[in-house]
Amino acid sequence: MILNPPATDATANAAAPEVKIKLRGVRKIFETKRGPFVALDSLTLDIPTGCFFMIVGPSGCGKTTLLRILAGLETHTEGTIEIGASADGRPSNSMIFQGDSLFPWMTVWDNAAYGLTMRRLPKAQIKDRVGHYLNRTGLSRFTDLYPHQLSGGMRQRVSIARAFANDPDVLLMDEPFSALDEQNKVLLQEELLKIWEETRKTVLFITHSVDEAVTLGDRILVMTAHPGRAKADLIVPFERPRQVLELRARPAYGEFVFNIWGYLRDEVHRARAQDEASAQ
Amino acid sequence: MTDLIDKASDKASTRAFAARSLGPRFAISRSNFDRLMNVASPLALLLLWEIAAYFGWIDVRFFPAPSKIFAEMMVLIQNGQLWTHLVASLYRLFWGFIFGGAPALILGISMGLSRTLRSIMEPLVAATYPIPKSAILPLILLIFGLGEASKIVMVAIGLFFPILINTMAGVLEIPKIHFDVARNFGASRLQTFMTIALPGAMPLIMTGVKLGVGMGLILIALAEMIGAKSGLGFMMWNAWEILSVETMYVGLIVIAALGVLFSLILNEVERFLVPWKQAR
Repeated sequence: MILNPPATDATANAAAPEVKIKLRGVRKIFETKRGPFVALDSLTLDIPTGCFFMIVGPSGCGKTTLLRILAGLETHTEGTIEIGASADGRPSNSMIFQGDSLFPWMTVWDNAAYGLTMRRLPKAQIKDRVGHYLNRTGLSRFTDLYPHQLSGGMRQRVSIARAFANDPDVLLMDEPFSALDEQNKVLLQEELLKIWEETRKTVLFITHSVDEAVTLGDRILVMTAHPGRAKADLIVPFERPRQVLELRARPAYGEFVFNIWGYLRDEVHRARAQDEASAQ
Repeated sequence: MTDLIDKASDKASTRAFAARSLGPRFAISRSNFDRLMNVASPLALLLLWEIAAYFGWIDVRFFPAPSKIFAEMMVLIQNGQLWTHLVASLYRLFWGFIFGGAPALILGISMGLSRTLRSIMEPLVAATYPIPKSAILPLILLIFGLGEASKIVMVAIGLFFPILINTMAGVLEIPKIHFDVARNFGASRLQTFMTIALPGAMPLIMTGVKLGVGMGLILIALAEMIGAKSGLGFMMWNAWEILSVETMYVGLIVIAALGVLFSLILNEVERFLVPWKQAR
């Protein structure tokens, strides 16, 4: 094969900072009519504090399941998960969901303030924080509108503001941009990077786009097709702060993307073979 | 080819324009025409009725002239009878609405939220809902006596089922992702009830209330005919006993007007409670 660029192995970087999320042998088995289905298999992982951690894998590899487990929306079957204790009563995580997760019955403002309102924070503090993140996402003029009056890109910016305003320890992002067109996607990636630079929270970001993973992430975990296991764990060698388009123009960027495709290609083919087999 | 078509349509439109400008006195927009017809058709029917009664084409013992009905209405308004009966009916409708609507709303949302409660209650609802409400009037009279309570209970039962069933359906129709968001952002059970289930089900709750109020009007007229000494139903029944056909018609008109008034009020309430469904 032509493809064999040296991949930077994450585990080689011994002087790792404090670990925020620690997974040891995590397994998730769903009971289905056709018998048990292993969604995640023996996943062991350390995510350092402040890391922008990307997970890439073929569809159906259990990456969303992992995120839902960490978000407390699902329970794992085996293994241990430790999430570093959050300081001064902050929520441990907030999720940015795939697709339309805004409440259609609330205005932009009320949607963005949701987490803080549920935690009954003082009104002045809510006003401050929600105002800040709606401003940062360019939505200050639209606070009184309802979601159906917004474009898809604007709606996803509201859910970014909602998660950041909640000020969690860890941000969980489940393919937040997958429903957007390419131009909007680049804009939102750029905005997300800018907002993230302010606080540098730990992020766990799931995507099926290799470009997105390399553009945004510090580290990339490539997952196998079902059952989902860790296939490769790579450090993204690009400095921050990043400009999305400038980054993508670099030859090193293309090389790195190509490198990841090397790991991913077999898995995508395997996922397809599995789909075809189960369709018969 | 396109030229030909263009010319043909040009000619057609000039002709239409000419035709319209020939009679500027009759120029009227389509929507105003519709509005005019909406008012004109019932008026025309009343006029026809009046003429038919005047010339004896119809039996005025059964179909008294509209002018006679109107005169009788004036008499009933002046001697205060109509007002007394109207207030008595409205009083029963109001308390029936409270005692039927509130439990239906709370139980409906709870059934929508809890699968266990749903599996317990659904067979009970399915078994009792199809019983004609008019058929249980004797039982209600037996249990609650001839006083106000039996009338209020009848209205309450009539309102209860449409509101219950629609409220539950409304909660079940809320996309699961909204409940995931509530959970991830730390909403308590009560908060989930108030911020997700109630507003999310509101469009269908309003449908249930509209159906329920219609059912309430039917049942109040019926219940007052049998076991009451006041109310619009009693007024009409009494009119039958003393053969005052005009009074019967006055009762019918007032009940119909109440139905229209309630639906206008409920449409306004809906606009206020469900602002996010308007612009669709």
